[in-house]
Amino acid sequence: MTNETTNAVSLSADEIERYARHIVLRDVGGPGQLKLKRARVLAIGAGGLGAPLLQYLAAAGIGTLGIVDDDVVSLSNLQRQIIHGTPDVGTPKVDSAAAAIARLNPHVNVICHRERVTADNVRALVAGYDVVADGSDNFATRYAVADACFYERKPLVTAALGTFDASLTTLRPFERGPDGTPNPTYRCLFPSPPPPGTVPTCEEAGILGALPGVMGSLMALEVIRAIVGFGEPLVGKLLMVDARSMRFEMLTYGWDPDNPLNGTAALTAG
Amino acid sequence: MSMEAPAAAARIRVNGADELLTASTIAEFLSQRGLDPAGRGIAVARNGQVVPRARWQDEPLGAGDRIEIVHARQGG
Repeated sequence: MTNETTNAVSLSADEIERYARHIVLRDVGGPGQLKLKRARVLAIGAGGLGAPLLQYLAAAGIGTLGIVDDDVVSLSNLQRQIIHGTPDVGTPKVDSAAAAIARLNPHVNVICHRERVTADNVRALVAGYDVVADGSDNFATRYAVADACFYERKPLVTAALGTFDASLTTLRPFERGPDGTPNPTYRCLFPSPPPPGTVPTCEEAGILGALPGVMGSLMALEVIRAIVGFGEPLVGKLLMVDARSMRFEMLTYGWDPDNPLNGTAALTAG
Repeated sequence: MSMEAPAAAARIRVNGADELLTASTIAEFLSQRGLDPAGRGIAVARNGQVVPRARWQDEPLGAGDRIEIVHARQGG
Protein backbone atom coordinates (compact mmCIF):
# COMPACT_ATOMS: atom_id res chain seq x y z
CA MET A 1 0.00 0.00 0.00
CA THR A 2 2.98 2.30 -0.38
CA ASN A 3 2.06 3.85 -3.66
CA GLU A 4 -1.70 4.02 -3.78
CA THR A 5 -1.88 7.09 -5.96
CA THR A 6 0.20 5.82 -8.88
CA ASN A 7 -1.32 2.35 -8.54
CA ALA A 8 -4.86 3.65 -8.26
CA VAL A 9 -6.93 1.13 -10.14
CA SER A 10 -10.54 0.63 -9.24
CA LEU A 11 -13.50 -1.24 -10.61
CA SER A 12 -16.50 0.57 -12.07
CA ALA A 13 -20.04 -0.55 -11.25
CA ASP A 14 -20.16 -2.17 -14.68
CA GLU A 15 -16.95 -4.11 -14.00
CA ILE A 16 -18.15 -5.21 -10.58
CA GLU A 17 -21.22 -6.70 -12.22
CA ARG A 18 -19.21 -8.24 -15.07
CA TYR A 19 -16.74 -9.93 -12.71
CA ALA A 20 -19.29 -10.81 -9.99
CA ARG A 21 -18.56 -14.55 -10.18
CA HIS A 22 -14.86 -13.89 -9.62
CA ILE A 23 -15.43 -11.34 -6.89
CA VAL A 24 -17.62 -13.74 -4.93
CA LEU A 25 -14.79 -16.30 -4.89
CA ARG A 26 -12.91 -16.25 -1.60
CA ASP A 27 -9.61 -16.89 -3.49
CA VAL A 28 -10.10 -14.01 -5.95
CA GLY A 29 -12.43 -11.37 -4.54
CA GLY A 30 -12.11 -7.65 -5.20
CA PRO A 31 -8.35 -7.60 -4.51
CA GLY A 32 -7.76 -10.49 -6.95
CA GLN A 33 -9.87 -8.82 -9.61
CA LEU A 34 -7.84 -5.62 -9.21
CA LYS A 35 -4.64 -7.65 -9.62
CA LEU A 36 -6.04 -9.00 -12.89
CA LYS A 37 -6.90 -5.48 -14.03
CA ARG A 38 -3.40 -4.24 -13.23
CA ALA A 39 -1.73 -7.23 -14.92
CA ARG A 40 0.05 -7.21 -18.27
CA VAL A 41 0.06 -10.62 -19.98
CA LEU A 42 1.84 -11.48 -23.23
CA ALA A 43 0.43 -14.30 -25.38
CA ILE A 44 2.87 -15.79 -27.87
CA GLY A 45 0.75 -16.89 -30.81
CA ALA A 46 -2.93 -16.33 -31.55
CA GLY A 47 -3.48 -19.84 -32.88
CA GLY A 48 -4.99 -23.01 -31.46
CA LEU A 49 -3.76 -22.45 -27.91
CA GLY A 50 -3.76 -18.67 -28.10
CA ALA A 51 -7.43 -18.49 -29.14
CA PRO A 52 -9.05 -19.89 -25.97
CA LEU A 53 -6.21 -18.50 -23.86
CA LEU A 54 -6.90 -14.95 -25.05
CA GLN A 55 -10.65 -15.36 -24.83
CA TYR A 56 -10.59 -16.51 -21.20
CA LEU A 57 -7.95 -13.94 -20.21
CA ALA A 58 -9.98 -11.17 -21.84
CA ALA A 59 -13.19 -12.37 -20.23
CA ALA A 60 -11.39 -12.57 -16.88
CA GLY A 61 -10.52 -8.89 -17.07
CA ILE A 62 -6.75 -8.88 -17.61
CA GLY A 63 -5.95 -5.18 -17.93
CA THR A 64 -3.43 -5.40 -20.74
CA LEU A 65 -3.10 -8.26 -23.20
CA GLY A 66 -0.18 -8.33 -25.63
CA ILE A 67 -0.43 -10.62 -28.64
CA VAL A 68 2.56 -11.64 -30.76
CA ASP A 69 1.79 -13.24 -34.13
CA ASP A 70 2.99 -12.50 -37.64
CA ASP A 71 0.48 -14.75 -39.41
CA VAL A 72 -2.83 -14.09 -41.16
CA VAL A 73 -6.02 -16.10 -40.59
CA SER A 74 -6.48 -18.95 -43.06
CA LEU A 75 -9.54 -21.12 -43.61
CA SER A 76 -7.79 -24.21 -42.23
CA ASN A 77 -7.17 -22.38 -38.93
CA LEU A 78 -10.86 -22.10 -38.13
CA GLN A 79 -11.32 -25.76 -37.15
CA ARG A 80 -9.58 -24.90 -33.87
CA GLN A 81 -8.59 -21.22 -33.64
CA ILE A 82 -11.99 -20.13 -32.42
CA ILE A 83 -11.13 -16.52 -31.64
CA HIS A 84 -11.13 -15.96 -35.42
CA GLY A 85 -14.20 -16.21 -37.64
CA THR A 86 -14.92 -16.87 -41.29
CA PRO A 87 -14.99 -13.16 -42.24
CA ASP A 88 -11.46 -12.83 -40.75
CA VAL A 89 -9.77 -15.07 -43.34
CA GLY A 90 -6.87 -13.08 -44.78
CA THR A 91 -6.75 -10.66 -41.83
CA PRO A 92 -3.69 -10.51 -39.56
CA LYS A 93 -4.34 -12.75 -36.57
CA VAL A 94 -3.40 -10.02 -34.09
CA ASP A 95 -6.05 -7.71 -35.60
CA SER A 96 -8.72 -10.40 -35.73
CA ALA A 97 -7.99 -11.41 -32.13
CA ALA A 98 -7.98 -7.77 -30.97
CA ALA A 99 -11.40 -7.20 -32.56
CA ALA A 100 -12.81 -10.33 -30.91
CA ILE A 101 -11.42 -9.25 -27.53
CA ALA A 102 -12.95 -5.77 -27.94
CA ARG A 103 -16.36 -7.40 -28.54
CA LEU A 104 -15.91 -9.65 -25.53
CA ASN A 105 -14.60 -7.11 -23.02
CA PRO A 106 -14.02 -3.44 -23.84
CA HIS A 107 -12.12 -2.98 -20.55
CA VAL A 108 -9.11 -4.88 -21.94
CA ASN A 109 -6.27 -2.90 -23.49
CA VAL A 110 -4.82 -4.97 -26.37
CA ILE A 111 -1.31 -4.45 -27.73
CA CYS A 112 -0.70 -6.06 -31.11
CA HIS A 113 2.85 -7.18 -31.94
CA ARG A 114 2.56 -8.23 -35.57
CA GLU A 115 5.99 -9.76 -35.79
CA ARG A 116 7.82 -13.03 -35.44
CA VAL A 117 9.61 -13.79 -32.17
CA THR A 118 13.34 -13.81 -32.80
CA ALA A 119 16.46 -13.99 -30.65
CA ASP A 120 16.83 -10.25 -31.25
CA ASN A 121 13.39 -9.04 -30.14
CA VAL A 122 12.31 -11.64 -27.60
CA ARG A 123 13.83 -10.17 -24.45
CA ALA A 124 12.44 -6.70 -25.12
CA LEU A 125 9.02 -8.23 -25.85
CA VAL A 126 8.72 -10.23 -22.63
CA ALA A 127 10.30 -7.48 -20.52
CA GLY A 128 7.20 -5.31 -20.98
CA TYR A 129 4.85 -7.82 -19.33
CA ASP A 130 4.23 -9.49 -15.96
CA VAL A 131 3.39 -13.00 -17.17
CA VAL A 132 4.07 -14.72 -20.50
CA ALA A 133 2.02 -17.56 -22.01
CA ASP A 134 3.55 -19.50 -24.90
CA GLY A 135 1.22 -21.11 -27.41
CA SER A 136 3.58 -20.82 -30.37
CA ASP A 137 3.96 -23.41 -33.08
CA ASN A 138 7.69 -24.05 -33.40
CA PHE A 139 10.69 -25.06 -31.32
CA ALA A 140 12.83 -22.03 -32.19
CA THR A 141 10.25 -19.68 -30.68
CA ARG A 142 9.64 -21.95 -27.68
CA TYR A 143 13.32 -22.07 -26.71
CA ALA A 144 13.81 -18.34 -27.36
CA VAL A 145 10.79 -17.46 -25.17
CA ALA A 146 11.71 -19.86 -22.36
CA ASP A 147 15.30 -18.59 -22.23
CA ALA A 148 14.21 -14.92 -22.40
CA CYS A 149 11.68 -15.39 -19.58
CA PHE A 150 14.42 -16.91 -17.43
CA TYR A 151 16.76 -13.95 -18.02
CA GLU A 152 13.98 -11.35 -17.66
CA ARG A 153 12.57 -13.13 -14.58
CA LYS A 154 9.06 -13.52 -15.99
CA PRO A 155 6.77 -16.41 -15.08
CA LEU A 156 6.08 -18.49 -18.20
CA VAL A 157 3.05 -20.71 -18.73
CA THR A 158 3.79 -22.99 -21.64
CA ALA A 159 1.72 -25.64 -23.40
CA ALA A 160 2.46 -27.67 -26.51
CA LEU A 161 0.42 -29.92 -28.74
CA GLY A 162 1.04 -33.15 -30.59
CA THR A 163 -1.79 -34.72 -32.60
CA PHE A 164 -3.71 -36.29 -29.70
CA ASP A 165 -1.27 -35.46 -26.90
CA ALA A 166 -0.40 -32.25 -25.14
CA SER A 167 1.49 -30.95 -22.15
CA LEU A 168 1.40 -27.96 -19.85
CA THR A 169 3.77 -26.54 -17.24
CA THR A 170 4.63 -23.28 -15.49
CA LEU A 171 8.22 -22.07 -15.27
CA ARG A 172 9.63 -19.83 -12.55
CA PRO A 173 13.32 -20.80 -12.73
CA PHE A 174 14.45 -17.39 -11.46
CA GLU A 175 13.09 -18.43 -8.05
CA ARG A 176 14.00 -21.21 -5.65
CA GLY A 177 11.84 -23.85 -4.02
CA PRO A 178 11.31 -24.21 -0.25
CA ASP A 179 14.48 -26.34 0.05
CA GLY A 180 16.64 -23.68 -1.64
CA THR A 181 17.04 -25.56 -4.93
CA PRO A 182 16.39 -23.44 -8.03
CA ASN A 183 13.10 -24.13 -9.79
CA PRO A 184 13.56 -26.05 -13.05
CA THR A 185 13.89 -24.48 -16.50
CA TYR A 186 12.32 -25.74 -19.73
CA ARG A 187 15.80 -27.01 -20.56
CA CYS A 188 15.73 -29.25 -17.49
CA LEU A 189 13.02 -31.19 -19.33
CA PHE A 190 14.34 -30.86 -22.87
CA PRO A 191 17.92 -29.51 -22.88
CA SER A 192 17.94 -28.79 -26.61
CA PRO A 193 15.44 -28.97 -29.47
CA PRO A 194 14.98 -32.32 -31.20
CA PRO A 195 16.77 -32.71 -34.54
CA PRO A 196 15.01 -30.61 -37.22
CA GLY A 197 12.26 -32.48 -39.04
CA THR A 198 11.83 -35.23 -36.43
CA VAL A 199 8.80 -33.71 -34.72
CA PRO A 200 5.98 -32.74 -37.08
CA THR A 201 4.11 -29.45 -36.78
CA CYS A 202 0.30 -29.29 -36.40
CA GLU A 203 0.21 -28.27 -40.06
CA GLU A 204 1.97 -31.46 -41.10
CA ALA A 205 0.51 -33.98 -38.65
CA GLY A 206 -2.98 -32.66 -37.99
CA ILE A 207 -4.56 -31.82 -34.67
CA LEU A 208 -7.94 -32.53 -33.13
CA GLY A 209 -9.46 -29.07 -32.72
CA ALA A 210 -10.93 -29.49 -29.25
CA LEU A 211 -7.56 -30.44 -27.74
CA PRO A 212 -6.06 -26.93 -27.96
CA GLY A 213 -9.39 -25.75 -26.55
CA VAL A 214 -8.77 -27.74 -23.37
CA MET A 215 -5.07 -26.86 -23.16
CA GLY A 216 -5.48 -23.15 -23.92
CA SER A 217 -8.15 -22.92 -21.22
CA LEU A 218 -5.82 -24.62 -18.73
CA MET A 219 -3.11 -22.12 -19.72
CA ALA A 220 -5.52 -19.28 -18.89
CA LEU A 221 -6.16 -20.85 -15.51
CA GLU A 222 -2.40 -21.03 -14.80
CA VAL A 223 -1.90 -17.40 -15.90
CA ILE A 224 -4.74 -16.21 -13.66
CA ARG A 225 -3.29 -18.26 -10.79
CA ALA A 226 0.13 -16.65 -11.35
CA ILE A 227 -1.48 -13.20 -11.05
CA VAL A 228 -3.99 -13.79 -8.28
CA GLY A 229 -2.00 -16.38 -6.35
CA PHE A 230 -4.29 -19.20 -5.20
CA GLY A 231 -3.60 -22.93 -4.84
CA GLU A 232 -0.50 -24.60 -6.25
CA PRO A 233 1.03 -23.67 -9.61
CA LEU A 234 2.40 -26.22 -12.09
CA VAL A 235 5.99 -25.32 -11.16
CA GLY A 236 8.13 -28.45 -11.39
CA LYS A 237 5.07 -30.31 -12.62
CA LEU A 238 4.27 -31.33 -16.18
CA LEU A 239 0.65 -32.14 -16.96
CA MET A 240 0.53 -34.66 -19.81
CA VAL A 241 -2.74 -35.18 -21.62
CA ASP A 242 -3.39 -38.15 -23.89
CA ALA A 243 -6.67 -37.39 -25.62
CA ARG A 244 -6.91 -40.84 -27.24
CA SER A 245 -7.55 -42.52 -23.91
CA MET A 246 -8.36 -39.41 -21.81
CA ARG A 247 -5.31 -40.08 -19.69
CA PHE A 248 -4.16 -37.11 -17.60
CA GLU A 249 -0.78 -37.74 -15.94
CA MET A 250 1.02 -35.33 -13.64
CA LEU A 251 4.79 -35.77 -13.72
CA THR A 252 7.18 -33.96 -11.43
CA TYR A 253 10.53 -32.66 -12.63
CA GLY A 254 13.32 -30.89 -10.83
CA TRP A 255 16.24 -28.61 -11.43
CA ASP A 256 18.88 -30.37 -13.52
CA PRO A 257 22.38 -29.27 -12.42
CA ASP A 258 23.51 -29.87 -16.03
CA ASN A 259 21.08 -27.36 -17.56
CA PRO A 260 22.74 -24.43 -19.36
CA LEU A 261 20.59 -21.62 -17.84
CA ASN A 262 20.79 -21.96 -14.07
CA GLY A 263 22.80 -25.19 -13.83
CA THR A 264 25.97 -25.59 -11.80
CA ALA A 265 28.25 -24.37 -14.60
CA ALA A 266 26.10 -21.30 -15.32
CA LEU A 267 25.74 -20.40 -11.64
CA THR A 268 29.45 -20.63 -10.90
CA ALA A 269 30.27 -18.64 -14.06
CA GLY A 270 27.87 -16.14 -12.48
CA MET B 1 -1.79 -71.75 -9.69
CA SER B 2 0.55 -74.17 -11.47
CA MET B 3 3.10 -72.80 -13.90
CA GLU B 4 1.79 -69.24 -14.07
CA ALA B 5 3.82 -66.07 -13.70
CA PRO B 6 7.41 -67.27 -13.64
CA ALA B 7 9.87 -64.83 -12.15
CA ALA B 8 11.06 -63.67 -15.59
CA ALA B 9 7.63 -62.31 -16.58
CA ALA B 10 8.00 -59.02 -14.75
CA ARG B 11 5.86 -56.26 -16.22
CA ILE B 12 5.95 -52.49 -16.37
CA ARG B 13 3.54 -49.83 -17.63
CA VAL B 14 4.77 -47.66 -20.47
CA ASN B 15 2.65 -44.57 -21.23
CA GLY B 16 -0.32 -46.33 -19.67
CA ALA B 17 0.08 -49.66 -21.47
CA ASP B 18 1.18 -52.95 -19.92
CA GLU B 19 4.50 -54.37 -21.21
CA LEU B 20 7.05 -57.04 -20.40
CA LEU B 21 10.07 -55.70 -18.56
CA THR B 22 13.10 -56.47 -20.73
CA ALA B 23 15.56 -53.73 -19.77
CA SER B 24 17.43 -53.13 -16.55
CA THR B 25 18.08 -49.39 -16.95
CA ILE B 26 16.41 -46.38 -18.59
CA ALA B 27 19.24 -46.21 -21.13
CA GLU B 28 18.76 -49.86 -22.13
CA PHE B 29 14.99 -49.36 -22.29
CA LEU B 30 15.35 -46.39 -24.69
CA SER B 31 17.89 -48.19 -26.87
CA GLN B 32 15.58 -51.24 -27.18
CA ARG B 33 12.87 -48.93 -28.50
CA GLY B 34 15.21 -47.34 -31.01
CA LEU B 35 15.02 -43.93 -29.35
CA ASP B 36 17.84 -41.42 -29.63
CA PRO B 37 20.32 -42.42 -26.89
CA ALA B 38 21.24 -38.73 -26.53
CA GLY B 39 17.58 -38.21 -25.73
CA ARG B 40 17.12 -35.10 -27.84
CA GLY B 41 13.45 -34.15 -27.63
CA ILE B 42 12.66 -36.85 -25.08
CA ALA B 43 12.13 -36.82 -21.34
CA VAL B 44 11.60 -40.00 -19.34
CA ALA B 45 9.74 -40.29 -16.07
CA ARG B 46 9.90 -43.28 -13.73
CA ASN B 47 7.02 -43.59 -11.26
CA GLY B 48 5.91 -40.02 -11.85
CA GLN B 49 9.30 -38.34 -11.54
CA VAL B 50 11.30 -37.17 -14.56
CA VAL B 51 14.78 -38.76 -14.49
CA PRO B 52 17.63 -36.36 -15.39
CA ARG B 53 19.48 -37.74 -18.40
CA ALA B 54 22.77 -37.93 -16.51
CA ARG B 55 21.15 -40.77 -14.52
CA TRP B 56 19.72 -42.73 -17.49
CA GLN B 57 22.69 -45.11 -17.55
CA ASP B 58 22.25 -46.04 -13.90
CA GLU B 59 18.54 -45.57 -13.18
CA PRO B 60 17.25 -49.13 -12.65
CA LEU B 61 13.94 -50.45 -13.94
CA GLY B 62 11.96 -52.83 -11.79
CA ALA B 63 8.75 -54.84 -11.93
CA GLY B 64 5.68 -52.66 -11.60
CA ASP B 65 7.43 -49.43 -12.60
CA ARG B 66 5.38 -46.81 -14.41
CA ILE B 67 7.39 -45.27 -17.23
CA GLU B 68 6.33 -42.23 -19.24
CA ILE B 69 8.18 -41.26 -22.37
CA VAL B 70 7.48 -37.57 -23.02
CA HIS B 71 8.15 -36.28 -26.52
CA ALA B 72 8.88 -32.59 -26.89
CA ARG B 73 6.07 -31.00 -28.92
CA GLN B 74 6.03 -27.73 -30.76
CA GLY B 75 2.39 -27.42 -31.82
CA GLY B 76 0.27 -24.53 -30.73
